[in-house]
Amino acid sequence: MDFTYILFLLFGTIMTIASICVITARNPVYAALFLVLAFFNASGIWMLLHAEFLAIALVLVYVGAVMVLFLFVVMMLDINIDRLRQGFWSYLPLGLAVAAIMVFEMAAVVSGKYFGLEAMPQPETAAGISNTKSLAWLLFTDYVYPFEIASFVLLVAMLAAVVLTLRHRKGNKALDPKVQIEVKREDRVRVVTMANERHD
Amino acid sequence: MLSLSHVLTLSAILFAVSVVGIFLNRKNLIILLMAIELMLLSVNMNFVAFSHFLGDRSGQLFVFFILTVAAAESAIGLAILVALFRNLRSIHVDDLDHLKG
Repeated sequence: MDFTYILFLLFGTIMTIASICVITARNPVYAALFLVLAFFNASGIWMLLHAEFLAIALVLVYVGAVMVLFLFVVMMLDINIDRLRQGFWSYLPLGLAVAAIMVFEMAAVVSGKYFGLEAMPQPETAAGISNTKSLAWLLFTDYVYPFEIASFVLLVAMLAAVVLTLRHRKGNKALDPKVQIEVKREDRVRVVTMANERHD
Repeated sequence: MLSLSHVLTLSAILFAVSVVGIFLNRKNLIILLMAIELMLLSVNMNFVAFSHFLGDRSGQLFVFFILTVAAAESAIGLAILVALFRNLRSIHVDDLDHLKG
């Protein structure tokens, strides 16, 4: 029982309890906050696995951005919780049975025989090079095209979110760019010929 | 000592919890999205654990890309949810029967 293992047990226990609270919380706001707790503890476990960059990125991206998005949406919607909770526990036996089978099977597969310390010992950490630096080295050499595609995916997601929630209000004073572009010179400009007038 | 099977078992438990969450909250779309986020987290944890114990950094890069796609997915999912609520005034799954499926 070294200190890393105790920390792992602590983080794992809190993460499991928090995720159980996420799925059983009555109020969606509490569910989102418990999800934040679960993500924080997962990032702690990733720190123990020497994935420092991803641990920080998880906190920044999820806790900072996605969870705030969830909270915004939850607060925007005026939902009837009682109706959503109807028959909530009726599927619990089936769900628990499926979950128990799943955990049992996966635990049997990943048990100590193939993935334990004898089969895969704890690797030594390379000295002198940080996790972030080595990830950046890979990201900008071997994975540079996937990296650019990822940025494109984010762009498309942003556009999709804007287009999906865009709504045209009546009485809006905004200009329509299409009408503006289609204006011809003849619609606006009239050339008037006049006789010369000279005042001497 | 922390071994690979410990982390894999923990992420299996997390995955099973989120499966139960999908069973329980099958009428509430918001909690369904949260359960999907938890599933993605458990998959990411597998990637990180294997990457650490095999000494291969590519696993962590895959987590990076999965985080990107998951952020895009939740943004679009929540936008659909907002558009749905604006039209139906409800996010109850039973009300979504326009296709009569």
